[in-house]
Amino acid sequence: MSVAKPLPHDAARLHVTGQARYVDDIPTAAGALHLAFGCSKVAHGTLQSLDLAAVRAAPGVVDVLTAADLPFANDVSPSAHDEPLLATDSVHYVGQPLFCVIATSHLAARRAAGLGTAKIEPLPPIFDVETALAQNSRFEDGPRIYERGQANTALETAPIRLSGQMEIGGQEHFYLESQAALAVPGEDGDVLVHSSTQHPTEIQHKVAEALGVPMHAVRVETRRMGGGFGGKESQGNALAVACAIAAMRTGRPCKMRYDRDDDMVITGKRHDFRITYDVGFDATGVITALDVRHDTRCGWAQDLSLPVADRAMLHADNAYFIPNMRVESHRLKTNMQSATAFRGFGGPQGMLGMERIVDHVAGHLGLDPMAVRERNFYATGAAAPPQSTHYGQEVDDFILPGLIAQLKDSADYDARRAQVDAWNAEHDVLKKGIALTPVKFGISFTLTHLNQAGALVHVYQDGSIHLNHGGTEMGQGLFQKVAQVAADRFGVPMAAVKITATDTAKVPNTSATAASSGSDLNGMAVRIACDKIRNRMAAHLAELHQCNVAQIRFEDGYVITPAQSYTFAEAANLTYVGRVGLSATGFYKTPDIRWDRIKGEGRPFFYFAYGAAISEVVIDTLTGENRILRTDILHDAGASLNPALDKGQVEGGFVQGAGWLTMEELVWDDAGRLRTHAPSTYKIPAASDAPDIFNVALWDGENRADTIYKSKAVGEPPFMLGMSAFFALSHAVSACGPDYPDLQAPATPEEVLASIARAKGV
Amino acid sequence: MSNKMHIKMNVNGEEQEFLAEPRELLIHTLRERLDITGPHIGCETSHCGACTVTIDGKSVKSCTMFVAQANGKDVTTIEGLGGPDDLHVLQSAFKEHHGLQCGFCTPGMITRASKLLEENPNPTEEEVRFGMAGNICRCTGYQNIVKSILAAASELQAAKEAAE
Repeated sequence: MSVAKPLPHDAARLHVTGQARYVDDIPTAAGALHLAFGCSKVAHGTLQSLDLAAVRAAPGVVDVLTAADLPFANDVSPSAHDEPLLATDSVHYVGQPLFCVIATSHLAARRAAGLGTAKIEPLPPIFDVETALAQNSRFEDGPRIYERGQANTALETAPIRLSGQMEIGGQEHFYLESQAALAVPGEDGDVLVHSSTQHPTEIQHKVAEALGVPMHAVRVETRRMGGGFGGKESQGNALAVACAIAAMRTGRPCKMRYDRDDDMVITGKRHDFRITYDVGFDATGVITALDVRHDTRCGWAQDLSLPVADRAMLHADNAYFIPNMRVESHRLKTNMQSATAFRGFGGPQGMLGMERIVDHVAGHLGLDPMAVRERNFYATGAAAPPQSTHYGQEVDDFILPGLIAQLKDSADYDARRAQVDAWNAEHDVLKKGIALTPVKFGISFTLTHLNQAGALVHVYQDGSIHLNHGGTEMGQGLFQKVAQVAADRFGVPMAAVKITATDTAKVPNTSATAASSGSDLNGMAVRIACDKIRNRMAAHLAELHQCNVAQIRFEDGYVITPAQSYTFAEAANLTYVGRVGLSATGFYKTPDIRWDRIKGEGRPFFYFAYGAAISEVVIDTLTGENRILRTDILHDAGASLNPALDKGQVEGGFVQGAGWLTMEELVWDDAGRLRTHAPSTYKIPAASDAPDIFNVALWDGENRADTIYKSKAVGEPPFMLGMSAFFALSHAVSACGPDYPDLQAPATPEEVLASIARAKGV
Repeated sequence: MSNKMHIKMNVNGEEQEFLAEPRELLIHTLRERLDITGPHIGCETSHCGACTVTIDGKSVKSCTMFVAQANGKDVTTIEGLGGPDDLHVLQSAFKEHHGLQCGFCTPGMITRASKLLEENPNPTEEEVRFGMAGNICRCTGYQNIVKSILAAASELQAAKEAAE
């Protein structure tokens, strides 16, 4: 059986030899043109004029587009139609595309783009939370509020009450392959777009709007991305639309890839958050009331900020039952890049806020934060009926206590925590810290209608199988996991299944490969398509052999009837000759979910994915430098479709999450310019930054929900395991003095030094 | 054009000869002129390592080397290490030990690793981590990359001992 095997990534052989093609590797016909944007240097203002004479005169320039040249919709927004491809009368951030150069080479286009000048009458920009609030600069009319119980009343009667605030920085995706698109003009106004996107259907939709053609005239193909992480859910729209317009205008293939600096300056990042809290609890650490406020800077356009901020609210409890809980969320409009989807989609920020509250409560009471965590977990076991979240979803699959017990045991947590404390008592300059943090992450798109997927499967008369579905491959191994499902349904070896590029002409109306839902949705759709064909083959053979359909088995490359065994190829050919269709579509929608995002009530998630991590760190109290010494993880991927690929998601997610919270810092200057716009100034983890000892295991248990082979989504949840490194740092700093360290994220060396001073009360 | 320079270089065992502006970057020469697209463009500032190639026995980030600087040299890219039906030990190890996810950093990563194992045929895990720190991967968390390189190192060592 192919399912549950640790098979390598489907394209591993191509990747290790450099033969795997990304958009920029696709051979283009002679005469292909290259695009580059000329961008605003002003954060907010009125665009009065553009002087593009020098741009047009530059070597290699074929044409220059401004907003006035766009024939139809000038919009690349995934949501609110508030994101022009090229600025019209106003500009909203440093980096906003103003014009588009079409030239004979990538470098010619970029050089020419630098020659344009824009006359912009500056307007006062809005950068910080205070100014945005003062000017009521926000998306939606006011804050969203989700509440259960009476938080404010319960706070007043709580035995102990604490308040605090935490800043959480954003994060650059830094997919290794920058955004890229290639548009090839076809006949009769058709266009083929190759796009490095997580959302081919949206690319198709936006290109069609921009060209003024029906969606059927636009075909989008995505074989793979060089990383996505949410950054290619909506941010590829601009490149694809620009290329399509340029291709229709010039009649030539047009390609655009962002230079890394351009990519970092133009595209959106993870939302930064300010978390403000007022928490009530008793002397044992049991939390009875919580009022928490989220202020997030969404940047200039709405993009996906509303569902991101919603998901932050939905994870503001993390793994804890808080009887009286109120969450208030402000989505602020600022003159910066439009913050967008990034692995976890707001969940990490909401969850980090809750873990910070737990850490603060424990610090106040002088307890191990783990004790406070355990006292507030959702109920579990036969004796305790499931409790509900603050948005009314029953937590009926809560496996964390058992999972954490196993992890604490395998990592020897209790003894090591005591050793760390003893070590700190004897060392002045270096201090160690250790922390265990849990993750409970809701699986499903909160926009319920997105929870659907389609597949297209063909069996050819030689028994080879063509597999296609709406999911996209960005390195997560989705294509391989889904192919394992297909091979299993037909009982054939993996080599019989051909994995093919995501293509809007094969499967229409797909959702983005996002929300960790790729395998859950597409795996099911493929299973349904395969089973339709298998059932037809079985019915035909049953008729030929006058046996019962149930007696026919598909195993080990054979189709076995009571009378005779056929190779799968023979059975396929017999079915074909019998004039039975060997092609089928599959369609799946997630059951049992409903959600009212205004009221904040319902069951938005089909199930929860769980995990926990223990990290041990050391800090240098003189410099603030820090290292992760050891990390142990136990993560719940249900009955994994491919444990090797899933473990890879866990390891990569942890390191990316730890990077977010310890070293990745975005800095904008007073003029709104992003100063960390290249890897020279923006530090992402290298091999030498990963933990010295790194033990990762998958929890042995199947999903209680009826998912594909009882597996669980695994793309985003492990990202939040990185919190353990952050709270280990908080523990290390708290060894420096009596006060709560009040550590802010990211915990860069500068921030660690500042928090040491706070702990010492100086 | 008078400002073009006569360039000769050996790329993956094949002599190449052409006229190019001296300031043309080697990564563009490889990808656009010679259609060698294994080395990728990740950051264009020498930080990410996706464009790593080997020049006269040294690991080089080809995005910040002028083609003029590579004149007369031997250049090896991932394509020169082994093809899909003829994998180098490191290539097999990265495949079998899941040393990749999106694959974009992989050619540069393996090319760098091949030099690392020449510089230090029997590295410790820490030496691998520091020796590979100039190549960034955003997907894997490096665990399987390090595992792949260590596995290849012991395989190469075993083969060497068997030969002796």
